[in-house]
Amino acid sequence: MTVLVSILSSTVVVAVSLLYATIGEIFSQRAGIMNLGLEGIMLMGCCTGYMTDVATHNLGLSLLVAATVGIVIGVVYAFLTVTLKADQTVCGLAMLTFGTGLSGFIGKNVTSVAANHAFQNIAIPGLSKIPVIGEVFFNQNIMVYAMYIIVPLAMYYIYRTRYGLLLRSLGENPGALDATGYNVFAMRYGYVMFGCMMTTIAGAYLSLAYTNLWNENMVNGKGWIAAALVIFGSWNPVTAVWGAVLFGGVSVLANYFQLLLPQVPSQFMTMLPYILTILVLIITTGNFRKKHVDMPAALTVPYDRENR
Amino acid sequence: MAKSRITMVRRDRVSAPRRVGNVILFTILALAFCGIFMAAQGFSPLAVYGKMFKSAFGSYNGWSKSILTAVPLMICGLGVSISFKMNLNNIGAEGQYAMGAICSTGFILFGPQLPAPLQIPVMIILAILGGAIWALIAAFPKAYWGINETIVTLMLNYVALLLLDYLCYGPWKDAGGLNLPYTANIPDTAKLPMLFGGSISAAFILAVVVAVIMFLFFKYTTTGYQVSVIKNGLNAARYAGINVKKNILIVMGISGALAGLTGATQVSSVIYRLQPALPNGAGYTAIVIAYLSKFNPIVVILVSIFFGGLERGAYAVQTSGVPSQVATMIRGAILIFVLAGEYFTEYRMKSIKKA
Repeated sequence: MTVLVSILSSTVVVAVSLLYATIGEIFSQRAGIMNLGLEGIMLMGCCTGYMTDVATHNLGLSLLVAATVGIVIGVVYAFLTVTLKADQTVCGLAMLTFGTGLSGFIGKNVTSVAANHAFQNIAIPGLSKIPVIGEVFFNQNIMVYAMYIIVPLAMYYIYRTRYGLLLRSLGENPGALDATGYNVFAMRYGYVMFGCMMTTIAGAYLSLAYTNLWNENMVNGKGWIAAALVIFGSWNPVTAVWGAVLFGGVSVLANYFQLLLPQVPSQFMTMLPYILTILVLIITTGNFRKKHVDMPAALTVPYDRENR
Repeated sequence: MAKSRITMVRRDRVSAPRRVGNVILFTILALAFCGIFMAAQGFSPLAVYGKMFKSAFGSYNGWSKSILTAVPLMICGLGVSISFKMNLNNIGAEGQYAMGAICSTGFILFGPQLPAPLQIPVMIILAILGGAIWALIAAFPKAYWGINETIVTLMLNYVALLLLDYLCYGPWKDAGGLNLPYTANIPDTAKLPMLFGGSISAAFILAVVVAVIMFLFFKYTTTGYQVSVIKNGLNAARYAGINVKKNILIVMGISGALAGLTGATQVSSVIYRLQPALPNGAGYTAIVIAYLSKFNPIVVILVSIFFGGLERGAYAVQTSGVPSQVATMIRGAILIFVLAGEYFTEYRMKSIKKA
């Protein structure tokens, strides 16, 4: 029983790390801008958050610094893709490379330095006493609790508010919005900045609540899995939650099986989440399915008034 | 009083010197930008760049080392540029490279003994097959079901590198050696020679030959032409009667084959064995190179030498405490700045008088 509880509760922890980035990217892609640089941007959040924590021992400030870095990256990314209309795939790869390099460069001094200071689990009185469920869901750190609120909020925003309707049309038909008098460019800037901010927060979560360490390249593909989850979740936050739980579960189980079945080489266990991503991507987005969800029509298409 | 407003106007035509000039200008801006981060970390950017340049291109020996480092970047870069030329984002060169190295080295070490003159050709063929098959795993779902090839090729990188890791730590580890995750060395007969008094690797000649063949392929063959049509739009290509599925498979296959070939050339000319993380990021650098070269095979060779020098330079400044990640940072910054610069190549500022 304790094994099951620890597997489930680790699953939640890993799933939340993916979800911060995934939900940010859902907003960005709904607005029509694809960002494949999540991995590099997460690394930037990871390292700046951790550096601040080592220096100040202030978790709130660390999170704020990581979020600010995300917003700055967002401005740069939006400038490239919205204003200069550059190719979004290549821009994403550029951000990936730069983020990986810069985080490794500036984070060198805190590599494997212990901050001894991280988000602690807070048991919620009453709820945490429920057998299994209490331990799994209500004895977590504050970043996990925040996600319990962010997902419903995101759903409500996208599907139930006027702004959500505008966001959806931004990714489907920006020309129509422009004709109605909305500023397509400003809105896209905003959502790209939000997406990048959530991504750096996801990175900060990794170093401050999950590993409690900074190491070069420690995101290790999670940014890419988050990008795949956006497609898997068909741009819907709740579907993305199921995806994140599935991936969290598989990677936790892979670790657990390494202890259970030491005769199976650990490398094969570590491969599982990556292979699963490929299979899930094929199953959920293949056009052999009768009912497959289309991506936002204007995704990766820069908005250009001259070509309206 | 008449006020004027500045707008951006698309240039009618862009001359080649302006294009090249802009790339160089924005590369310099990117270097200056990275200098800010170096200064913030307490390094003098001018001293760092000076030392990097001197060790990479300051001597005959430096040039020879830079070109040697650039060879895997060239071959991978050529492979990546074929697929990017058709708007197929094969970012899996790293994994295809690893599979090429695994297939070729594995056969030489553990397969049947071959006569010496056959060893290198067989290694090359197996590496090409390994890389091509690894790329086709992503190409088939793309061609038949429209699955995003960017994410699949990337995921396959992790799988291939983990497989390499497993082989080096596990069954292929050389028991006779120290307790390190390396295989045994390949026999001397399977090593590619160094030419011109030991300064230029035969692999470099191979890379240049591949580049020339590719250049001719795109200029003079039907498939080469079809690839450039598909880039301009799938529907246009379909109306023109081009078999898009077949072309996706061919192009991804060739792209992976070249990345795989890198595995054979690098093992048989530089490393002589398998070791974890053997591709060392070359597959990712190749993407930057392919894009900066605008997928022109001859330019890929030149840009690769620049990036080979950058890597040598980053290695040299490590002794003065500069983290080696400086090379990755500079690569990313150059790509970002050149992407931004393209806009200013295509557009020019014009002031319009307001009434």
